[in-house]
Amino acid sequence: MSQDIFVVIEHLRGEVAEISYVMLAGARQLSQSSGGNVTAILLGHNAQGLTGNLAADKALYVDHAALAEFTSDAYITALAGPIREHAPRAVIFGHSSIGMDIASGLSAKLGLPIVASCRSFTAEGKFVSQICGGKIMAEGDLPGPTALVTMVPGGYKAEQGQSAQPPAVTTVPAPTLEGLRVALKQYIEPDTSDVDITKEAMLVSVGRGIQNKDNIGLANELAEALGCAVSASRPVVDQGWMPTTRLIGKSGKRVKPKIYLALGISGAPEHVEGMADSNVIIAINTDQNAPIFTVAKYGATIDMFDLLPVLTEKVKQAK
Amino acid sequence: MKIAVPVKFVPDLVEELTIDPSGAALDTSWLRLIINEFDDHAVEQAILLKERGGGQVTVMMTESDGADDFLFTAAAKGADQLVKLTGDFSSINNHALAHVYADLLKELQPDLVLTGVQAHNDIDGAVGPLLAELLGLPYVGYVAGLTVQGDKAVVRKEYSGGLVAEIEVKLPAVLGIQAAEQPPRYVAYSKIRQVMGTAKIEERPVAGLDLSGGTAVSRLFQPEAAERATMLEGGADEVADRLVAIFKEIGTL
Repeated sequence: MSQDIFVVIEHLRGEVAEISYVMLAGARQLSQSSGGNVTAILLGHNAQGLTGNLAADKALYVDHAALAEFTSDAYITALAGPIREHAPRAVIFGHSSIGMDIASGLSAKLGLPIVASCRSFTAEGKFVSQICGGKIMAEGDLPGPTALVTMVPGGYKAEQGQSAQPPAVTTVPAPTLEGLRVALKQYIEPDTSDVDITKEAMLVSVGRGIQNKDNIGLANELAEALGCAVSASRPVVDQGWMPTTRLIGKSGKRVKPKIYLALGISGAPEHVEGMADSNVIIAINTDQNAPIFTVAKYGATIDMFDLLPVLTEKVKQAK
Repeated sequence: MKIAVPVKFVPDLVEELTIDPSGAALDTSWLRLIINEFDDHAVEQAILLKERGGGQVTVMMTESDGADDFLFTAAAKGADQLVKLTGDFSSINNHALAHVYADLLKELQPDLVLTGVQAHNDIDGAVGPLLAELLGLPYVGYVAGLTVQGDKAVVRKEYSGGLVAEIEVKLPAVLGIQAAEQPPRYVAYSKIRQVMGTAKIEERPVAGLDLSGGTAVSRLFQPEAAERATMLEGGADEVADRLVAIFKEIGTL
């Protein structure tokens, strides 16, 4: 049992995911209250170089051909040993397509508690999680003896988790990885035939509040008048009202236009992750408690269906 | 092929959420519960698979207001078996829920378990991967579409930036559904009424939940709005004028 904080480094196709640095920054803060070191765990194949800029005191590296690409099966098997053996105070994963595939499984496998959606740690080492679509924060003592934690972005800057001083790397022998039931067949590149919303100076973005497919026409008219593109949050894309090429958020694009006009978007963390870096966020939402107003610079609770026709007309006149 | 879909209800975020006097839980007296939207997609994906390749779909959930309606609606969409777990679930956590579902699934022996990749009130991990480990099955989450080929499923797993991984998973398996291949279908109330006359909800009593795997919360609070938006007041004309001025100032107009 140690007071160290482990961070499971997420990487995909030769690149460390940004959330890994956020997790290292969180781990650093947590280590100050626990009194231990920050240890990065990297799983991969010929991937040791990825440890170079990790802000960790040390790194454990597990190399195996079966770890060349992320799969839940191999990762769970490869992580169970080091976690059992070192029994750190916490193991931090991303609350992401990688981390969420393995953290809960390890919780059940190892009988360890897990804290999901953690955004930050307090100076006393308590977790603060973001739940209910960002409307509620939940705080509590970090459960023991070893807490598994999945972390969302927003609480720490990625730069805080980067360092010019590479950590000392210890190579850990990989366990036997046989009889794996999950295998990567191939990656499918994002569709590039549509407008590239990451290149737009302004985006008119629609959320669940748009209500139906026909109403998207109202957003299109405004975007046309402004000479910009329409993007969308997850529910709109899942309904098939907009193509996935226009999706902004965790599983979609990350954008930083000069102006991001959010229409009927509540501001769930999964969405905010994709647009928080926009220069100016303007939110129109009839729910005055919508979390979007905590990231927006300007807001209005007016009904977008009253606003849109008037706004489009005024934009046309202003040109 | 047998497909099981364990689902859960969550607080409706459209309603205002209030914190109870203990400060550590949501006030449930006015809380409206609705289906976890990812679970709704899991039901849809199960029905789509059945329509394409045949099979039997079992939808299961714990009892609560609206549970019967949800189950009958699932039957009207094409689910074959409806299971309602009965008991006191007021203090349930995902670890306990996964144990309850695991017991049921061990009996049912499905080829595929589809469940929502997450729920907005998950604090002790997600049900899908917990369930997979308890059943000794592989798990893949963030799934948006799949095909079944013999004893394998080929799934589309989403990563950030629109990247998709095509992954082969040996069956039986548990999949965490992010989105079905098409939006959850609408069924007319008349059809649901019709199903209510013929479909049967199997009730399974559950006693003695093991709550030990949960994560204790000592305080809930609303996020501090450190930099809350400057609110533009007034009617459509006034707000539109302000917006046009902002667009001009920033230079997008």
